[in-house]
Amino acid sequence: MLPSIPVFGDIISPERALEQVDPALKKRLADVALNTAKSSGASYADVRIGRYLQQYVFTREKQVQNIVNAESYGVGVRVLANGTWGFAATSDVSDKGIAKAANEAVAIAKANAKLQKEPVRLAPVKSYGEVSWKTPIEKNSFEVPINEKADLLLAANAKAMENGASFVNSALFQVNEQKYFASTDGSYIDQDIHRIWPNFTVTAVDKASGKFRTREALSAPMGMGWEYMVPKASEKIKGPEGTGLMGYRYAYDMLEDAALAAKQAKEKLTAKSVAAGKYDLILDPNHLGLTIHESVGHPLELDRVLGYEANYAGTSFATLDKWKSKKFKYGSDKVHIFADKTQKGSLGLVGWDDEGVKTKQWDLIKDGILVNYQAIRDQAHIINEPESHGCCYADNWSSVQFQRMPNVSLSPGKQKMNVDQLISGVDKGIYIAGRGSYSIDQQRYNFQFGGTVFYEISKGKIVGMLEDVAYQSNTQEFWNSCAGSCDESDYRLFGSFFDGKGQPSQVSAVSHGSAHTRFNGVNVINTARKI
Amino acid sequence: MAIYTREQAEALLKKALAYSKADECEVTLSGNIGGNIRYARNEVSTSGAEENVALSVESRFGKKSGVATINEFDDASLEKVIRRAEEIARIAPESPEYVPMLGPQKYVTTKAHFDSTAKIDAAYRADAAAKSIKAAADKGLTAAGFLEHSTSFMARLNSKGLFAYHPSTVVDFSVTMRTEDGTGSGYVTQDFSDVSKLDTGAASQIAASKAVNSRNAKALEPGKYTVILEPAASIDLLRNMFGNMDQRNAEEGRSFLSKPGGKTKVGEKLVDERITVYSDPMHPEIPSAPFAGDGRPREKTTWIEKGVIKNLYNSRFWAEKTGAKSVPNPGGVVMEGGNQTLEEMIKNTKRGILVTRLWYIRSVDPQTLLYTGLTRDGTFYIENGKIQYPVKNFRFNESPIIMLNNLEALGRPQRINGNLVPPMKIRDFTFTSLSDAV
Repeated sequence: MLPSIPVFGDIISPERALEQVDPALKKRLADVALNTAKSSGASYADVRIGRYLQQYVFTREKQVQNIVNAESYGVGVRVLANGTWGFAATSDVSDKGIAKAANEAVAIAKANAKLQKEPVRLAPVKSYGEVSWKTPIEKNSFEVPINEKADLLLAANAKAMENGASFVNSALFQVNEQKYFASTDGSYIDQDIHRIWPNFTVTAVDKASGKFRTREALSAPMGMGWEYMVPKASEKIKGPEGTGLMGYRYAYDMLEDAALAAKQAKEKLTAKSVAAGKYDLILDPNHLGLTIHESVGHPLELDRVLGYEANYAGTSFATLDKWKSKKFKYGSDKVHIFADKTQKGSLGLVGWDDEGVKTKQWDLIKDGILVNYQAIRDQAHIINEPESHGCCYADNWSSVQFQRMPNVSLSPGKQKMNVDQLISGVDKGIYIAGRGSYSIDQQRYNFQFGGTVFYEISKGKIVGMLEDVAYQSNTQEFWNSCAGSCDESDYRLFGSFFDGKGQPSQVSAVSHGSAHTRFNGVNVINTARKI
Repeated sequence: MAIYTREQAEALLKKALAYSKADECEVTLSGNIGGNIRYARNEVSTSGAEENVALSVESRFGKKSGVATINEFDDASLEKVIRRAEEIARIAPESPEYVPMLGPQKYVTTKAHFDSTAKIDAAYRADAAAKSIKAAADKGLTAAGFLEHSTSFMARLNSKGLFAYHPSTVVDFSVTMRTEDGTGSGYVTQDFSDVSKLDTGAASQIAASKAVNSRNAKALEPGKYTVILEPAASIDLLRNMFGNMDQRNAEEGRSFLSKPGGKTKVGEKLVDERITVYSDPMHPEIPSAPFAGDGRPREKTTWIEKGVIKNLYNSRFWAEKTGAKSVPNPGGVVMEGGNQTLEEMIKNTKRGILVTRLWYIRSVDPQTLLYTGLTRDGTFYIENGKIQYPVKNFRFNESPIIMLNNLEALGRPQRINGNLVPPMKIRDFTFTSLSDAV
């Protein structure tokens, strides 16, 4: 789910983003919350003292439209009282404000306990004492002067305009979460987390016909610092012959991509409209990431499976009986999908999750068989796991933490294979790159996905651009049509910077790694209409 | 204190503004007290409360602008935030889309604040959830629901003499009920400014009966069908259409309202002549702020009249540049309808499908406003004026423009997500595949 871009908190000067709150002060304040909650009757309490920083830069063509520097600082207290959760948050980060929130959380828990059928059961977690963790960045993007960032975006816009764009909108999103977690289980965890996402949309308009087409950036949102914005030849992976496309691993070349985007947006105006039918698809990692997200990541969230999201995001076709059978064929033998919060450069990468659980990697689908879900402390017992998977997250101090998708990635193929070799085996197919329209039902069976550029494959070769392409399939049928992926050298991350879930809705950032992958005989529809 | 009266807000804003040394300065105070309760599997899962109040300052020197915010309001803090906005403004680049701040404006008075809603507390929330859970449990169903309420205000004062104040309350409730065998699902959503109009138990009965009646759905072939769209089904498609009615995008050639050569479709008949859409901040059922985010007064505005596009919203910058009228975007909108109830519309249908909710709607082609998405939580086959049986969910690919040209009938409008929308009967609605989802 991709909600509109949220901005939390107060507007601050860019320099203030570089300040840090002293961990000793945070420990003292955390103890106020934990002690108050316990003396009010909580059997468990955790507190998150969070400073959430956002810097967003928006431009169009030759001008900076908006620069947002926002800080949100406050405290969220979660408690278990009478076997029921309660939560309260405050921006008043004083002893008095924190104690008030802790008491309110306990009062809410007690008010709701009468509606609780079974007390909450928490999987055990180790006490880590006082520890800290930081995203392994080379350069903090908040230290880079705003002018430099605006200049880079404007230079990318200029590249697009030089190459025939009618319009270009570009943006740079940077997030820094300075989070302090403490719980009555004895952990005090200080973390400094960084994420970045450069993005643009190039529009080409044919004034004579009134037709317009867009091409999105082929960047990825990353758990990295400014180093992602500095092009490196070693991080470029050449796209298929005949497309001019380039894949970017741990460094993006925004100018190069903007120039190509403008040419492709123009080419889209006169590209051949697809003939509906069955095609073999070759999906680029920058497109396949969201297909994995929607058709594997979300259905294997245990809270969805159990019905906790039934009123909003929905439930899941991947029910517990399918998992228990140990025979549910989610995909073909080529499909190995794993979850983690530990992958280098990924959006999900953290040391500990938002309930103090150390992060790790685990399998979701192995050799095509469904083997596990994504679970947090109060769910682990339902799937007989001895511990949480460490994927609990809240998007702000004022939001309650709950189960969120970790990174979910498709393992690359074991045999040496590049994208041209993968395409050479396709007789009638379509190559799809980039993000388009993604829609899937509330149990994650039926989906329709588009892309940003499409190429026709005939007899093992790319023969030209296509337009009006979308594919419709059923999750299980689609993954069982998976005929293999390129090797590890083609593997890269894509992801979602603003994935939405929950009520009230919260965002989270999550990566999905894959190499180019082939799916056989997928139903493609033509989306052209006249109004 | 998170909610200020008009007098309290004006006094604080005057004090803050007095510190300004900029060419232009605008101070905005906004506050919110809110709470929510969420339940699933017939028990409460999470519940929370939040209070927030903040002062935002925009200072300008010439065409340079700086913004700063703060949530402490002693004299020193007020001066500090004004100085910070001025510092940011001094180093900012000149805005090529600068327009001066507005002077004093006349705003209509809207009644959007209700004490009933402002008084909601944890006990009310727990009781509201309990009533809904009981409605489910009585029928052997499983409920997952959410109630969220908010009391808020916004006040603004600027150095040109503009003052605006608007208090409001809102409560949103929704619940999904599922049968134990997982073959039936029903949904209801309601929102009010005045919570005394909300009865979560009664509303939950609607979701419960849809859940029970949607069990064991039959599969129909995808294709073009006459549909009756309940307001909860059509609202997102309509909102996507209204959200794209921007003058600048239309003139730049990148909108469904663009025409070749930089022209727009304003003044042209685009949809069926029975379609009239307007906004009115004073509407008693959907009161909204009498001013837009930039302080422009919102008045009753007609967007589509008898199928003809009458107005597009237009920023002050673009209006000035093109010599056109500046039109602020609306709060909620009213789509006029008829007098038929949903039941009467079903009775007058020979063959068709009742769609109660659409889900995961995404843009496929912005040129034609083509969207895709799915039916959800109760889809029913109608024949000879009666609901015959539930049907499996469909994926659709449809444009609201095509849809509003294929209009058969309009029912009585209902409030939905802050808008008033009638149930609609549409012919040839395009379903492109089936979904197994319940």
